[in-house]
Amino acid sequence: MKRRDFLQLSGLGIGAAMLPNIPVMGNNVSYEALLNGSMDVAVKKRLADAALNAAKSKGATYTDIRIGRYLNQFVVTREDKVQNIVNTESYGVGVRVIADGCWGFAAVVDAKSEADTARAAEEAVAIAKANAKLMKEPVSLAPQKGFGEVSWKTPIVKNAFEVPIQEKVDLLLGVNDAAIKNGANYVNSILFLVNEQKYFASSDGSYVDQDVHRTWPIFNVTCIDPKSGKFETRNALSAPMGMGYEYLQTNPKDKITGVTTRYNKGYDMLEDAIAAAQQAKAKLSAKSVEAGKYDLVLDPSHLWLTIHESVGHPLELDRVLGYEANFAGTSFATLDKWQSKNFNYGSKEVTLFADKTQVGSLGAVGWDDEGVKTKKWDLVKDGTLVNYQAIRDQAHIIGEKESHGCCYADSWSSVQFQRMANVSLAPGRTPLSVEEMIKDVKKGIYIIGDGSFSIDQQRYNFQFGGQLYYEIKDGKIGEMLKDVAYQSNTQEFWNSCSKICDDRDYRLGGSFFDGKGQPSQSSAVSHGSSTARFDGVNVINTGRKI
Amino acid sequence: MKILTKEEAKKIIDKVLAYSKADEMSVNLNGGRTGNIRYARNTVSTSGESENQSLAVTAVFGKKSGTATINEFDDASLEKTVRRAEEIARLAPENSEYMPILGPQTYLNTNTFSENTAKIDPNLRAKAALDSILPCREGKLTAAGYMEDTAGFSAMGNSKGLFAYNKATQVDFTITVRTDDGLGSGYGIQDFNDVALLNTKKVTEIAMQKAKASASAQALEPGKYTVILEPAAAVDLLQNMMRSMDARNADEGRSFLSKKGGETKLGEKLFDERVNIYSDPMNAEIPGSPFAGDGRPMEKISWIENGVVKNMTYSRFWADKKGVKATPPPNAFIMAGGDKSLADLIKSTDKGILVTRLWYIRAVDPQTLLYTGLTRDGTFYIENGKIKFPVKNFRFNESPVIMLNNLEEMGKPVRITGNLVPPLKIRDFTFSSLSDAV
Repeated sequence: MKRRDFLQLSGLGIGAAMLPNIPVMGNNVSYEALLNGSMDVAVKKRLADAALNAAKSKGATYTDIRIGRYLNQFVVTREDKVQNIVNTESYGVGVRVIADGCWGFAAVVDAKSEADTARAAEEAVAIAKANAKLMKEPVSLAPQKGFGEVSWKTPIVKNAFEVPIQEKVDLLLGVNDAAIKNGANYVNSILFLVNEQKYFASSDGSYVDQDVHRTWPIFNVTCIDPKSGKFETRNALSAPMGMGYEYLQTNPKDKITGVTTRYNKGYDMLEDAIAAAQQAKAKLSAKSVEAGKYDLVLDPSHLWLTIHESVGHPLELDRVLGYEANFAGTSFATLDKWQSKNFNYGSKEVTLFADKTQVGSLGAVGWDDEGVKTKKWDLVKDGTLVNYQAIRDQAHIIGEKESHGCCYADSWSSVQFQRMANVSLAPGRTPLSVEEMIKDVKKGIYIIGDGSFSIDQQRYNFQFGGQLYYEIKDGKIGEMLKDVAYQSNTQEFWNSCSKICDDRDYRLGGSFFDGKGQPSQSSAVSHGSSTARFDGVNVINTGRKI
Repeated sequence: MKILTKEEAKKIIDKVLAYSKADEMSVNLNGGRTGNIRYARNTVSTSGESENQSLAVTAVFGKKSGTATINEFDDASLEKTVRRAEEIARLAPENSEYMPILGPQTYLNTNTFSENTAKIDPNLRAKAALDSILPCREGKLTAAGYMEDTAGFSAMGNSKGLFAYNKATQVDFTITVRTDDGLGSGYGIQDFNDVALLNTKKVTEIAMQKAKASASAQALEPGKYTVILEPAAAVDLLQNMMRSMDARNADEGRSFLSKKGGETKLGEKLFDERVNIYSDPMNAEIPGSPFAGDGRPMEKISWIENGVVKNMTYSRFWADKKGVKATPPPNAFIMAGGDKSLADLIKSTDKGILVTRLWYIRAVDPQTLLYTGLTRDGTFYIENGKIKFPVKNFRFNESPVIMLNNLEEMGKPVRITGNLVPPLKIRDFTFSSLSDAV
């Protein structure tokens, strides 16, 4: 499903400007169907073994099978109305093989019998053999030991699908009501809930059963000044999380107070909506920024997206090699820069790491979609480019013996490929609070929340906006600004990073629907950071008259 | 699955409707096949084909509605799906904006289907890819491309007697050619209903030419320039504007079409008087579906006429509230142009920049429709009517509203991503910074 279709589905219009691609979701089902248990693991193993054996007998040298049940529940509201409640379930099987040195893939919807999965396996082998005729060089797969029968589950406290729908509707309508009472003219709010129940088995001897949960509450408030005809919006400062419904249970220790309240592992949606309404109204009369160079203090609720675009994507090895050239593009971070061992990606303060294990993150799983145990590794160490994100058929290109474990498919029906791991900025090693950081800034802007984002096809030049902008003058937070966007170049930007707050301020942001590939697949990925300072960044004024 | 005929589709829909115990019921039935081939580094990376069919049943009790879907069409499955939709509807919260379903409608007979495209097989896809890859291999260039084809039908019916049916095909092709040293990049794009019109070799040759010509680009200062936007560059900004013409947003005061005092800009001249944008499902070059997703008939509508905003799009709820005709959003749009070719536009330009395409376009300010993004895959400096040299890519910050006021000249419209768009010559287009990207 493309974004535009989804907008029509929800009738959401402008409030959904924050939503990127929405994946194909499967069949609409009842609320209760979402609570049905997953298929028995012994049955899944039988289905998997049938595919593994069938592929082997047809000549496959490697086979993996993914048996997937994907559940979505989206609750969509505006003001005092529930616009839509979407409950979907998608179940099927995808089999991937190597035969004659080439990949082949086939998928079957609603596969229930061993004959179904065997048929998919045979089809995948036939496709591999046909594709082998067009192949330039055979697949070179990094070895992977089998793990036997293992399982993993997102460490949730409260399964969001078990929360009654009325409770969710009450929450969102309460949020909308609070926003309206505090001055918003319009408000849209949505709960996105996802559960991936996936079983992976491979000819390496792994049988991995995983239960992955994700939650994302969002809203968008609009305030209008009828006299001037101007309007301003403010989006939620929530993050999509690899958590259950407990993310919506607030706890004072998860709140970061200051110029506005921000949230860590518990989100107070009602409180944020009240603040949003008041701030959207304040934006209407805020000072329009004067273009020029500023020291930027970037909150994690904003910085995650800059990390995602300027670090996460350019360090995907398939992009570097040219496999995405016709779509999202290639990368400035070419192999020679990495080989030089001295490519200066950022200042000495900057260490950026990939991590598929981080608790609460969207990308956390026990094993990736090709049976590799997940881990953490450095991409940029003390400013120097040291690694990429690579999967089993790419590891040899960067001289590694094993995959990084960042292979993912958005459905049983999609072919798995390299997807971004959670990529995060390591917190500063010396104790530093946000207040202490701001104290030293003479002429700066404090940016909170993610906004408009755009970056070129090799990830050099970017422009980012936010939700809230505050002037910093002589070490003090001043008045609210508007019409702010900053432009920079990836290497220049990360080299201008002069300070990073310590781990007390470390929080996650993330993308729930990150698109990649043709046909496009969606994945969810988190990016953590503490508040960081970037010196002398070019800020433009985006105000126009039409 | 095979593409069901009108009669076959109607039979299934009628059967579903006969099971209904709801106040209202509507049924959407879709099916078809989609195939693709993807290549990069001068070799095929993935190719595939999938078939799908889906039946969605929406049951309504009062103002509560529920939808259930299924992809099996035996009697038991159909009845089970109807019961499930009814059960979901009973549990659903009331939608105060629910509009009763439409009665029978009259639809245009548009021609969106091509037998040639419906017959595409893996061999044709492989040939299309090789026609593109081989010249690049020979020319020491690197091709990355993607072709996707679909053939399917879409039918809907409801308990008030509405029935709609259409079958359609589509093929989309894009190609990016890069020089082996990574210093040049070119792009080509084509889409049709009939694959017989698609020539991947010819499109690739344009991309190859641009890749070679764009190597060793020179840096120009960012600023305001006269630009010639090729249709592939103009279409996205125009499309973003056309998707922002919702009347409710305008009436609510949160659109570029809103004015102070709660009024809208409907009927006002907002663009250069030569700007005419309309939609027409009967247009032979871009035939469109005869009906919208909710069953409303699609017809020829003028959106912008001689620079004046003539129509906005309406949901049925909002149109009812405002007492106006419920005009659905168009599937595609046509911007009228002139007879001149792209070459003619270049010839008549003293100083300017030719833009092949724009990339990573994102909204910056919905009030002014300000967008940012970058030029990509072939940006050239024009002087005295001739392309002089390639230039480095720029980031732009520009609004299609401002752009269509700074119109200098238009060429002959061509089909691009399903729309008809002319190459546009625009003065004072705002480039705000330089990009090193190739």
